Amino acid sequence: MNESPLIFEQSRPGRRNPAHAPEAPARPVDMPAELLREAPPALPEVSEMQVVRHYTRLSQRNFAIDTQFYPLGSCTMKYNPRACNTLAMLPGFLGRHPLAPVATGQGLLACLFELQEILKTVTGMQGVSLAPMAGAQGEFAGIAMIRAYHDARGDTARREILVPDAAHGTNPATAVMCGYTAREIPTDAQGDVDLEALRAAVGPQTAGLMLTNPSTLGVFERRIIEIAGIVHEAGGLLYYDGANLNAILGKVRPGDMGFDVIHLNLHKTFSTPHGGGGPGAGPVGVGERLLPYLPLPIVAREGETYRWLEESDRPHSIGRLSAFGGNMGVLLRAYVYARLLGREGMERVAEYATLNANYLMARLREAGFEPAFPERRATHEFIITLRRQARELGVNAMDFAKRLLDHGMHAPTTYFPLLVPECFLIEPTETEDKATLDAFAAAMAAIQHEAETRPETVKTAPHTLPVRRLDDVRAARELDLVWEGDEGKP
Amino acid sequence: MPFIPHTEDEVREMLAAIGAPDIEALFDEIPHTLRGADLSAIPAGLGEQAVSRLMRTRAAADRQPLCFLGAGAYEHHIPAAVWEITTRGEYYTAYTPYQAEASQGTLQLLYEYQTMMARLMAMEVSNASLYDGASALAEAVLMAVRANRAAKSRRILMPASVHPRYRQVVQTIVRHQGIELVSLDFDAGQGRLDPDSLPGDPGPCAALVIPQPNFFGCLEQVDALTDWAHRHKMLVIAVVNPLAMALLKPPGQWGARGADIACGEGQPLGVPLASGGPYFGFMCCRRAHMRQMPGRIVGRTIDLDGRTGYSLTLQAREQHIRRSKATSNICTNQGLMVTAATIYMALLGGEGLRRTAAACHDGMGALLHRLADVPGVAQHFTAPAFHETVLRIEGRPVEKVLAAMAEDGLLGGLALAPHYPALADTLLVCVTEARSGEDLDAYVDALRRALAV
Amino acid sequence: MSEIPSGLKYAKTHEWVEELHDGTVRVGITDHAQELLGDMVFVELPEVGAAVHAGQECAVVESVKAASDVYSPVDGEVVAVNERLADSPELVNQDPYGDGWIMQVRLADDAEPGELMGADDYAAMVESEEAE
Repeated sequence: MNESPLIFEQSRPGRRNPAHAPEAPARPVDMPAELLREAPPALPEVSEMQVVRHYTRLSQRNFAIDTQFYPLGSCTMKYNPRACNTLAMLPGFLGRHPLAPVATGQGLLACLFELQEILKTVTGMQGVSLAPMAGAQGEFAGIAMIRAYHDARGDTARREILVPDAAHGTNPATAVMCGYTAREIPTDAQGDVDLEALRAAVGPQTAGLMLTNPSTLGVFERRIIEIAGIVHEAGGLLYYDGANLNAILGKVRPGDMGFDVIHLNLHKTFSTPHGGGGPGAGPVGVGERLLPYLPLPIVAREGETYRWLEESDRPHSIGRLSAFGGNMGVLLRAYVYARLLGREGMERVAEYATLNANYLMARLREAGFEPAFPERRATHEFIITLRRQARELGVNAMDFAKRLLDHGMHAPTTYFPLLVPECFLIEPTETEDKATLDAFAAAMAAIQHEAETRPETVKTAPHTLPVRRLDDVRAARELDLVWEGDEGKP
Repeated sequence: MPFIPHTEDEVREMLAAIGAPDIEALFDEIPHTLRGADLSAIPAGLGEQAVSRLMRTRAAADRQPLCFLGAGAYEHHIPAAVWEITTRGEYYTAYTPYQAEASQGTLQLLYEYQTMMARLMAMEVSNASLYDGASALAEAVLMAVRANRAAKSRRILMPASVHPRYRQVVQTIVRHQGIELVSLDFDAGQGRLDPDSLPGDPGPCAALVIPQPNFFGCLEQVDALTDWAHRHKMLVIAVVNPLAMALLKPPGQWGARGADIACGEGQPLGVPLASGGPYFGFMCCRRAHMRQMPGRIVGRTIDLDGRTGYSLTLQAREQHIRRSKATSNICTNQGLMVTAATIYMALLGGEGLRRTAAACHDGMGALLHRLADVPGVAQHFTAPAFHETVLRIEGRPVEKVLAAMAEDGLLGGLALAPHYPALADTLLVCVTEARSGEDLDAYVDALRRALAV
Repeated sequence: MSEIPSGLKYAKTHEWVEELHDGTVRVGITDHAQELLGDMVFVELPEVGAAVHAGQECAVVESVKAASDVYSPVDGEVVAVNERLADSPELVNQDPYGDGWIMQVRLADDAEPGELMGADDYAAMVESEEAE
């Protein structure tokens, strides 16, 4: 069923869309021939209707929040309000050239300035830059600021960043991009950072600690105040990875926990769309000590007007991360979302995200599934482990994940964090209703029953999607990354 | 309560199932001293109608002057179908395609995108995008250092004719890894590198960066530069305008062996100006270097029944597997922008792109023709240009001229003095196919008026 | 239980060493290691002529969902690498002690024997790891 030919396979030589291609001379006469291309690139030659039909059909081969429950842990797949998109795409914002004088961008800058202020307040930080274009770039900016701070004090022996072993892979990768080595700190049986190990690890070489709180294990790091004390006493700074901010939005502020620098993922907590893998936005917030190092640009208000702060205003800045200041359209969407929610709405985000996660954990536990940390509260997400099913029934977490797709639900995050075997990291978010959570618990129970009675059905799932289980090994061994099935090679 | 669907009855039932007296109890593991954030500085929530009113007022305040600014972001015609399809919820609200079977739409689209970009650049492979052109160049620099192990060098030759903001961003991103950016001067008359004045013995370097067109809109002599770099055992990083590559010789065909890495800003391919972003960075390379390439890559494979399907591949390069040894920390990229670019390229086709590029070039020619008899205005550099050029203005400071043109509702270009002190009396002007003959007349009139004061 | 040939020496990090009696040794990863990693999709080989040091990274083996460093069990110079792995990484799965070898090393003159185990000790170590 459902074979889906490539757009290239629908191409016929000489087909054009004259509505979109201007008349132009065959070859410019004032450019030397050796700088020109001999023949146009071999792109598809298809009609507008073919294009619309092809990409509409492809879209229908996707799961998305707009069509499915998407409880992907640590990704905060909540509803993306449509108003955010409509209003960010108003012509005044969309048509504006990034280098146009600020006099013609006061509306945009007002939104960005207010977004900076809202993010400052909700995180308890002293300054915010909206420049980073994704969470990982926010991490980079954060660690680069930590490095700039130590370097400015001549404290150049600090060359080590500590990360819990449960951390996202971006944390150690970022530390290395900033010229640091990453050192892992173990986690104890209850999911908290091992304080003894942390005490033993800190020293004059410690530049900082990167921490997600709640952690990637779906539990709140209860001894955060002690952790902050240990790191600060050793002269290091504390970095907050905002991946899980949805769990505490409006309840607890990273600034109050002792963090010196944070990044937020607006595409998680502030509900901007994930777009099939971006664009995101990863603003950074800092406490007093790191203010001079914030990345550029930053919006400033002077009386009734707004302007960009640049190198001359912030000579100690770590610099720029993009050619034109960041993912403005994403920032506008986050701003609209923040204004729709307001402070009372924001306070409720963490409450209902947490209610949904704890409720779903209770329902799954009732159905016989094993939480990884049964003694702990769920935060906005929680982990179950399917190690018993894998051992006794030969049906593993991947099989459960694929079978959930047949039930019309996206799978939770699987096999992350690496510390828990055969795990599901489940994040329902606050925007799902009880009936959806009940349906998920029922689907899991049905799959469990199937695993006990007809395990092959689960192990060969999915059965109802456009494709069945894909051969990842073949994909990686016999790399086919661009189509060469026609003669259109350049 | 915006976007929270719970009824009071449901909340009661859910709390009962959990065994908690109230929602507050669910936060009992958080130390009490940390609670009680003061959010009073955040405004109260508004209804959609009120927020719409606010945003429409603000958007309207951002007047839309007639745009002759380029400098890395370009106004082009974008067919209506591009964003109609791109903002469908199935693309707009999907995540990175980790569950391949439930993401075949996005994955097939990315495979088509990789094929289109590889063909446009005449390169062998493409990734599924990076953040923007400037950060893509930074990643290309890091990649070249990894890929060119034989050079045993962390020096990169970076011409001063590369976009100044790109050079700043590269510096920000690569400086902590001991990489040295060595500047190369452009020829002051031609406005581009002079292959004949390159050093005979540049010393060990990992790569040469070649912009095409360069920041001034001028065309670099890519064949000679590429061969020179390869003779000295450097890799060649092309940083190019993708639309221009439909008209100009693409990186894969530069010199005897072609460039090794091609990257740049994808915005001209169907992405609106949008005040600076989101755009997307693209990156292509030769197959030999693909394991050093950062970012997501999609591969074609088969399913259990032998049916064609697509999945993320070469993941062992990435941070979620390699952690501190990953090629980059990037995870989220600019997927939605790539969706738009793919649809844009499919609608235009190769010939449509070529014509669009040629029309931009023609437009610039037509503007220069009109400017020929404006006193005090001259083209500053002699090298052939694509759709941007540097004008030298005599008689009135450039900043004042541009301000006067802005009063006329027209963005006349970018003053170059802040980035190039030697180019004090110059501005960079751009013409795309979006500018009509009347627009060009308006430019000339506005410039005359600005100069006449 | 995976295969552990008795004639080889083993490192804690799951590499095997075969004495070739000409001043060189052959190195690969054990059957147990390839089982843990799963289907191999790529092997990053060292360069011939490169110096390797006991306990230091010398190669990378990649499966779809994991990438693992291979540590040299000995000091010396790489004199040959298994070029067939470039096109057929699955040899590491199919024949880890034979066609799936990774590199051949000429031992340094002052090479210490290092902390290598015999088959019995390695088998005991694997068993205790699995019990965890």
